[in-house]
Amino acid sequence: MYKLGIDVGGTNTDAVLIDENLQVVASVKRHTTPDAYDGILDAVRAVLEESGVDRAEIGQAMLGTTQCTNAIVERKHLAPIGILRIGAPATVGIPPMVDWAEDLRAIAADTAVIAGGFEYDGKELSPFDEAAARIFFAGLKDKGVHSVAISCVFSTVRDDHERLAAKLCREVMGEDVHVSISSEIGSMGLIERENATILNAALYQVSQSFTEGFARSLADLGVANAQIYLSQNDGTLMTMDYAKRYPILTIACGPTNSIRGASYLSQLRDAIVIDVGGTTTDLGVIQHGFPRESGVAVTIGGVRTNFRMPDVVSIGLGGGSIVRQRPDGSVTVGPDSVGYKITEDALCFGGSVCTATDIAVRLGMVDLGDRQKVMHLDEGFARRAMEAITTLAEEALDAMKVSAGDVDVILVGGGSIILPEKLSGARNVVKPAVGGVANAIGSAISKVSGTCEKLMDYNEIPREQALAQAKSEAVELAVKAGAVRETVEIIDVEDVPLQYYPGNTCRVKVKAAGDLA
Amino acid sequence: MRTIGIPEIEDIALGAALLGAGGGGDPYVGKLVAIGAVKECGPVKLLDPEEVPDDALIVPIAMMGAPTVLCEKAVGGSEYKTLYDTVSSFFGKPIYAFMPMEAGGVNSMLPIAAAARLGLPLVDVDGMGRAFPELQMVTFTIGGGSATPMALVDEKGNSCIFKTITNKWTEELARAVTMACGGSVSVSLYPMEGAFMKQYGVHGIVTRSQKLGAAIRTMKEVADATPEEEFFRITGGHKLFRGKIGDVLREVRAGFNFGKVVLEGIYEYKGRQAYVEFQNENLTATVDGEILCTTPDLICLVDQETFTPVPTDALKYGKRVLVVGLECFPLWRTPEGLALVGPRYFGVDTDYIPLEERCKGGRG
Repeated sequence: MYKLGIDVGGTNTDAVLIDENLQVVASVKRHTTPDAYDGILDAVRAVLEESGVDRAEIGQAMLGTTQCTNAIVERKHLAPIGILRIGAPATVGIPPMVDWAEDLRAIAADTAVIAGGFEYDGKELSPFDEAAARIFFAGLKDKGVHSVAISCVFSTVRDDHERLAAKLCREVMGEDVHVSISSEIGSMGLIERENATILNAALYQVSQSFTEGFARSLADLGVANAQIYLSQNDGTLMTMDYAKRYPILTIACGPTNSIRGASYLSQLRDAIVIDVGGTTTDLGVIQHGFPRESGVAVTIGGVRTNFRMPDVVSIGLGGGSIVRQRPDGSVTVGPDSVGYKITEDALCFGGSVCTATDIAVRLGMVDLGDRQKVMHLDEGFARRAMEAITTLAEEALDAMKVSAGDVDVILVGGGSIILPEKLSGARNVVKPAVGGVANAIGSAISKVSGTCEKLMDYNEIPREQALAQAKSEAVELAVKAGAVRETVEIIDVEDVPLQYYPGNTCRVKVKAAGDLA
Repeated sequence: MRTIGIPEIEDIALGAALLGAGGGGDPYVGKLVAIGAVKECGPVKLLDPEEVPDDALIVPIAMMGAPTVLCEKAVGGSEYKTLYDTVSSFFGKPIYAFMPMEAGGVNSMLPIAAAARLGLPLVDVDGMGRAFPELQMVTFTIGGGSATPMALVDEKGNSCIFKTITNKWTEELARAVTMACGGSVSVSLYPMEGAFMKQYGVHGIVTRSQKLGAAIRTMKEVADATPEEEFFRITGGHKLFRGKIGDVLREVRAGFNFGKVVLEGIYEYKGRQAYVEFQNENLTATVDGEILCTTPDLICLVDQETFTPVPTDALKYGKRVLVVGLECFPLWRTPEGLALVGPRYFGVDTDYIPLEERCKGGRG
């Protein structure tokens, strides 16, 4: 039994094959194609050929892809949708999408804010206006809309009205309508949660096409027995069916997979991962084997959302970063880069641009291209450039730390050859073999998870009991997502006391994850 | 007189985050409420205080309650109309204009929405010049003004107005009504005449917010100075420290966020230590054991790269910040002002010494 992991990035599509003991059998890197499908086909074919394994022996196939992010940023393939908010008379002062860019607002076929919703303590804010919901859905049906985003005030406390609306929506518009409800997508903060829900609804065609395209490409290559999964941005997997319903959860899964892959390859569960690409370097933190989440609102294509995202910092440093000497003798590296043209433009490959890679070759850190072609570079200049590269990485590393002590650092990515084996602030620098395809490996080894988030009053339910309750709900959600019950463990527990609430109200968030069947 | 449209709102919100001095609540939701109102009802006229007749009725607008609830329920469409009707019928005369009570944080934005929805002007004035945690902490208290008659309305259409015997009662009653109404209400308080507003208000604060916001937004485009020089030139601020957050200690007591953020010096401050203590807003900044700034002067933490204000609830380990001191409104430096918002009121056992005097002698 083998696992096939694929990562579709902006520049490269990587594929790896992993055996039962999670050892890498084969790995390849190919160019990403505009439709992604051909690139995946190409990479999978190559990794199958390289490994020579029997296609029927592949039991699971995992895909991590940037297609959803690209669709939002480029405003392409987004579906026309209906937006229903439940909460009037509250919230009407802020219509949905009020601060969105004009071109992105065009995805809204119709919008309504109707009565309903809850108070912070679960009391009804106003009764749900079923008649208004029916009229709105009937109007959408007439317009030929197939996807609806539903949000509701304090649906993170009680989701009754959202569920009722979703049921009505299917009743009026037909069972095959795509319904996104905010309590399943975002956290506290109506507007950010609603924004994430709207994006999720608008992505349904994109997710349909990439999930089905992936299944088709595997079938075309004779990989007939594989269960198919998609990578989410918390480092866990979802089924194809789940991915069709929650496409937004795939956003930023690339950096997450890199972090997880790096952790797996190095066998470190707590470390900082430095993933050096051609143009940029991403830094992320692995805590207890999972990527640290960002604590601030995340903006995607100009839209502010609050659904979970990995805490990743990008700096303008990569293998293709251009190195220049200033008149005063000082040396700069990046942020501009020759990017994917490195194999044509870099000095060591016969080109005419001095890149960070050329500096590493000149200093004998790596054997790449033709070393003779960089020997004319002054050694002093090369050392100053390496100092600049090291300083950039060290400063970014320090900014990602959670405490002042030295940390373990894992270096991965195609461009990681430009960094030295010693960095200040790092206890150990580990450079795993096959670190170049850490993202595809991360995709292949992922677990499945469930998250429970709610407001709880510790005066009513004692803290211990409240956390136990949240934990068991998280475990159930993980099992529902496909995890084997016996392997599920709690990977994150967070409780934040809330100001102004009566009693001792806390926001409790628990995440559980387990192995796939 | 000039007008406030959507671009101005964006800048005022950014400036208000700085004037929040760590607290005041994230202006983001407030900004959307203002943008929503201006999109629907058109831009708002901003009046210089001197343009307001002495006998005109001026009403400050704010929200009361939990910012987390505001982030869910926002504001409906009719609260400000209900407030207007309640207050003007109480006084038996029309309201001439609205004004902000608190220029820092979310309350900077809501009066703009109120003015847009009622088609009234907004006065370029407030009662703090920053953000403060308690109801009586306004310059108008120094002038003998009263928070009541104070009107509270919720989005459901409930409204009430009360006159109280002390500020403590105002706080108690308002808090009880706020919780009963679902944790967040719109209020008007300190209703006053034009002459009183002119005498005790912080003039030009909306314009100052907008200038600060515009400056932060365009900082990187400045050609003839470093962004940092430009930041201090425009804000008139004092550099207190530059550091990396090493630890954040927090505690919620009696509805307030108490805490302390510990900073380790970086670059020109390498090897030095500092900490900032806060109660919703930042109270004191101490560098190498020496207090460099206390309330009521403003202590603001900003991102050292982007100069974006960092509120106390976004403090986390590893973030690199500049600690900036801004001089407060002069009326706060009087004995009456310091009794309301000076360090001792907040339990900090030190005399108030103006920021610019504490920073003398090459420090900062």
